[in-house]
Amino acid sequence: MSVVFDNLDVFLEGMRRTLELSVLSFAIAMVLGTIVAGFRVSPVPPLRWAGTTYVELVRNTPLLVLMFIMVFGFPSIGLTYSYYVSAIIVLSAYTGTFVSETVRSGINAVSTGQAEAARAIGLTFPQTLSLVVMPQALRTVVAPLGGIFIALLKNSSLAVAINVPELTSAAEDIGTATASFIPAYLGAAAAYLMLTVPSGFAVAWIERKVAIKR
Amino acid sequence: MRRYRWLGAVLAVVAMTAAACGEGDDDGTVSPGGGQSSDTTLARPTFPGGTTMANLQSRGRIVVGVKYDQPGLGQRNPTNNRVEGFDVEIAKLIALGIFGGSPNDIESKIEFREATTPNREVFIENGTVDMVVATYTINDARKQRIDFAGPYYIAGQDIMVKRDNNRIRGVNDLAGTKTCSVRNSTPARNIQERVPQADLTLFDQYSDCVQALRDGRVESVTTDNSILLGFVAASPNEFKIVGNKFTDEPYGIGVRRGDDAFRNFINDRLEAIYASGEWARAFEATLGRLGIPVPTPPRVDRYTSGGAGATTTTAPGGATTTTTVAATTSTTRA
Repeated sequence: MSVVFDNLDVFLEGMRRTLELSVLSFAIAMVLGTIVAGFRVSPVPPLRWAGTTYVELVRNTPLLVLMFIMVFGFPSIGLTYSYYVSAIIVLSAYTGTFVSETVRSGINAVSTGQAEAARAIGLTFPQTLSLVVMPQALRTVVAPLGGIFIALLKNSSLAVAINVPELTSAAEDIGTATASFIPAYLGAAAAYLMLTVPSGFAVAWIERKVAIKR
Repeated sequence: MRRYRWLGAVLAVVAMTAAACGEGDDDGTVSPGGGQSSDTTLARPTFPGGTTMANLQSRGRIVVGVKYDQPGLGQRNPTNNRVEGFDVEIAKLIALGIFGGSPNDIESKIEFREATTPNREVFIENGTVDMVVATYTINDARKQRIDFAGPYYIAGQDIMVKRDNNRIRGVNDLAGTKTCSVRNSTPARNIQERVPQADLTLFDQYSDCVQALRDGRVESVTTDNSILLGFVAASPNEFKIVGNKFTDEPYGIGVRRGDDAFRNFINDRLEAIYASGEWARAFEATLGRLGIPVPTPPRVDRYTSGGAGATTTTAPGGATTTTTVAATTSTTRA
């Protein structure tokens, strides 16, 4: 395992990049996913259609393919972003679909009486959604959202395919340079655990914190 | 009666002339599109009995392993199923030295087999092919299993740019230039060592680099020129090879280990086609068409094979010289 300790700086830099990619993308995905979930339950048909189209198109395409489309396809229609920004956009858009579906299921879990009561006291649809339904819906989906974050953390390893190095590619580089791949990959696995296990604890803590005492 | 005798004499002369012309035509036919093939006919050479050359001659054909997927060197043309390229031309010129005859019909004496990178040593060892001419880089690890004649060409790492780019002329121009290669590959490491100031973009495949070059995200793509050739062949109006390689990958002809007589024969033959210009014409007609200027032929490396019982002490770089050619044919091997 000396391979790992000799190259600890490379590993730490890889971890930092993976965490940065994941946190930034997750923040955007949360906002995007919540808005799209609102679209999908809205009474306006075009919004529902737009939401469904986005979710089904992006969710059903492999992440790697999306990255290639972003980096090698979009420039031909004049959309060229840096590799890093491209990676963030794709990871956010992809994760956003899962967030959207999860939040939508949370919304559906809130009893219809809540929405009917909100409308009865004169709240508009956006008000009903943001003040009454969403706060309850999001509480119920904290655990699956935590799962989505952990999936994103690992999905971010695909970004190296579009020239965005992170933890997995750091392990690859070390493995190639030292010709000892197994310690390098074991090191990477340990590093991912160091990121995901605390994430799991954080999610459990948030879940307890926001739980409605009944 | 006298008149008729005179007529007979004229007819005889005409007939003889016609026959002579006919023979001349048969010998001197230049097939259309034959490219570099010259109209000389080689006499069938004789070889000492028991040598590979003599065996091939009596068998009447030679089996040659070539690449089927390497533009410019060995590529099968899907329209007529013929393999084409510089490696193929070299194989033909060597076969010509074994069988004699005309360059135009030497192909009838050659059976081409597809050689892939992992199966080349195996093909030679188990006798599936008599020789391999397939972008086969000479190195010491391979010399443990087979022997190399040649080199007949020195490939190497080069740079591909857009056709209208005249700024990049060599590896040193890559400093500060956005350059693409494959992650953790030898070409990428070569650049990092030679031009640390190069702004490297690293992907998993060269085709991604080509797309990045097309989109203008990078200014150059660098790897072995044999790989770049494929991309230039596919898009000759878009890309070009700078043509200033900065590493050496000597391509040799693989033969059975310890068959020094055959190896010496091929080396002699290579030197003969270097001198006659046939090598240069073959290059011009194949790699030359893809934009690589015709180089001077490399020096043949007549190293001592480890296959005949002696220990190999060949220094890389071809320090072994071209002396004691005839003596080595006496080495025995089952």
